[in-house]
Amino acid sequence: MKLYHITNNNAKAVAIADIPVVEYVALYNDLKERMTDSRYHVAHYFATEIERGLKFYLIILDDTTGEVLITSFIPDYYAEGLASLTALHPQFHPFEREMNELYGIPFDSHPWLKPLRFPYDRRDKESTMDSYPFYTIDGDELHEVNVGPIHAGIIEPGAFRFICDGEQVLHLEIALGYQHRGVESEMLRNDNRLRHTLIAESTAGDTAVGHATAYAELTEKLANADIGDDLKRERMIAIELERIAMHLADTGALATDIGFQLYQVACEALRTVVINTTQAWCGNRFGKSLIRPMGTNHPLTEEKIALIRKNIADVRRRYNEVREDILEAPTLLARFEQCGLVPKSEMERIGGVGQAARASGLRRDIRATHPSGFYAEELKHEPILKHDGDVMSRLATRMDEVLQSADYIESTLAAYKPAGSIPAPDYKAKFQGDALAFSLIEGWRGEICHVALTDSEGRITKYKIKDPSVHNWLGLAIAVRSEGISDFPINNKSFNLSYCGHDL
Amino acid sequence: MLFGKAKILRSHGWQYIPNLDAVTLTEEFRGFPLLTATEDSADIEHAAAICPTGAITTKPLTLDLGKCLFCGECQKCAPKNIRFTNEHRLAATRREDLIVEVGQTAPKFDTTAIRPEIAKYFGKALQLREVSAGGDCSVEMELNATGNVNFDFGRYGVGFTASPRHADGLVLTGPISQNMAEALDICYNSIAEPKILVVCGSEAVSGGLYADSPAVDRSFLDKYHVDLWLPGAPTHPLCFIDGITRLRKKHKR
Repeated sequence: MKLYHITNNNAKAVAIADIPVVEYVALYNDLKERMTDSRYHVAHYFATEIERGLKFYLIILDDTTGEVLITSFIPDYYAEGLASLTALHPQFHPFEREMNELYGIPFDSHPWLKPLRFPYDRRDKESTMDSYPFYTIDGDELHEVNVGPIHAGIIEPGAFRFICDGEQVLHLEIALGYQHRGVESEMLRNDNRLRHTLIAESTAGDTAVGHATAYAELTEKLANADIGDDLKRERMIAIELERIAMHLADTGALATDIGFQLYQVACEALRTVVINTTQAWCGNRFGKSLIRPMGTNHPLTEEKIALIRKNIADVRRRYNEVREDILEAPTLLARFEQCGLVPKSEMERIGGVGQAARASGLRRDIRATHPSGFYAEELKHEPILKHDGDVMSRLATRMDEVLQSADYIESTLAAYKPAGSIPAPDYKAKFQGDALAFSLIEGWRGEICHVALTDSEGRITKYKIKDPSVHNWLGLAIAVRSEGISDFPINNKSFNLSYCGHDL
Repeated sequence: MLFGKAKILRSHGWQYIPNLDAVTLTEEFRGFPLLTATEDSADIEHAAAICPTGAITTKPLTLDLGKCLFCGECQKCAPKNIRFTNEHRLAATRREDLIVEVGQTAPKFDTTAIRPEIAKYFGKALQLREVSAGGDCSVEMELNATGNVNFDFGRYGVGFTASPRHADGLVLTGPISQNMAEALDICYNSIAEPKILVVCGSEAVSGGLYADSPAVDRSFLDKYHVDLWLPGAPTHPLCFIDGITRLRKKHKR
């Protein structure tokens, strides 16, 4: 029996009729073996309500071939139960926890069905954010440290509970959900697609371009629309500008946490240049309003291209000076090297993605493995890999990616003469009915995956968003194990994961 | 090694903006909108219909900056009626002053609504506790930027502090998620009187895209007096700086 429908990130939407509806046992047995190979990882796994019960969709990525494997099943889980995939492959944990929280599905032998984000439509309303019982370990020599939900700085809320033996962290539990705004259900409130685009932008405001691009590409697949090369090129510029800006911010933040003020202020100033460049392009420092379905309201002009090239060349030069100095700063290296280790094998087990996975030597980068748009056609991206999986590797990945992105922007814009052919956005295009569409985008944190289902009229009936943070938060918890608790801030900054993107 | 640091210093030079009041943002920036009524209302009805947060009314034509996310789409639909200027000073002391009317040429900032004790107690120094309650991280990053090497709001004695016990006021961002409602309330009540409450970003001011979401609980704002409303998606650092400066009656312009 055919278990999967095989497609890729460049293909159009998939007719739901083409997605096999399989027996869970057969799928479970297949995944048991398949997922031991690190070329595969889960991109999305969710359930949706159908007339009688629930239908589950699973999307698996094959990093070697670029194939996307989609399957579905409709279990009679009240009768037979569902064996937990997390028990075999921990990377399934957030997805099974979400489905347990929303629908009460009892995944058999799941190690810990902890609530994922306390959404408003959770099944058990008695289980609340404020009464969550943290994991504890008994022992006279242990103590607990609670941090959050409100943190010392101006950042989003999330609760961290450390169990420590002296200064050493034995266990860190991260409790999230404080930021839950109902993003996925607000996507279904009405069919105003401008509103949907803005919701996508606000999913994680520091990844506005990434999430808006994911929404735009998804709708273009549903509309069976072919956008022109110029629009693809300009979206690539936007997403790489965002990557540069955020990697600069994180370089500065890491420097802040070890009191290295020179790098901190240099990176603050450099980030200002980059986001002001984005502002001069579209009017918003975070690139909100720049990405729209089918077109744009802010096509590049000769003047804007010249401005971006000049500013990015300047930032690249100045940042490279900072980078070179960082690489030979003993006080910095003493804190960052061999701290917060996440070996490649652990990254594979938890399904790590993005810059953090690459810092552990795991080659996960949608731009290379499942490219779409400009990355698929023009730009042959080679991911930057580091191998130590420590704080320094995560910083070094960022530093090299800034230079790489700057080079992509320069080489692309140097050869670009805008023809003025990019249309205005289209919020009305007809969507394919009874279809599943997904989009995969490599945001600066990693793999963003949006999935939508449509009814027979082409109306979106289900919208699922996965921010890369969903995979990587567990990586942070693993990184700080057996480290001194005072090293938590640098580990946290080295990942810089999204709270709102996780909590939606 | 020292040579490397000297090179960085030389490459960066002076970064701070000497006069924060004198800055004019890029032409592309969408700030205060100018509204014009026309005989034909088809365009403006289209704009009102597509507005993601329902910020526009057509009869009479108004635009609520507290709901506006400054996406600029209404300007594309109705260029004769709505034109965003690059005026970033959007602060208001009363919620209703954020509703822009036809013919209005500048944001309304009613100084009579400012409590007199604010300038008295916080004129010299003001330390704020920020709480994000469903904020999307962009407003939070802009608030961080107010203290950075470019804007350096700290030079006027304004900064952010970790403990609410050390704070003179609270800056709220985000539409107030249910799951943060209690923590927000506890934090606000941990700040000693006298204190100020600043609501920062259109999502905090009106709930924005999430105004009607069942995951949001905005009862906090019914309970406490707000001293300053700051629109924006996100609020530009200079909008925050201008608003706080005028609230403290430190404005020189």
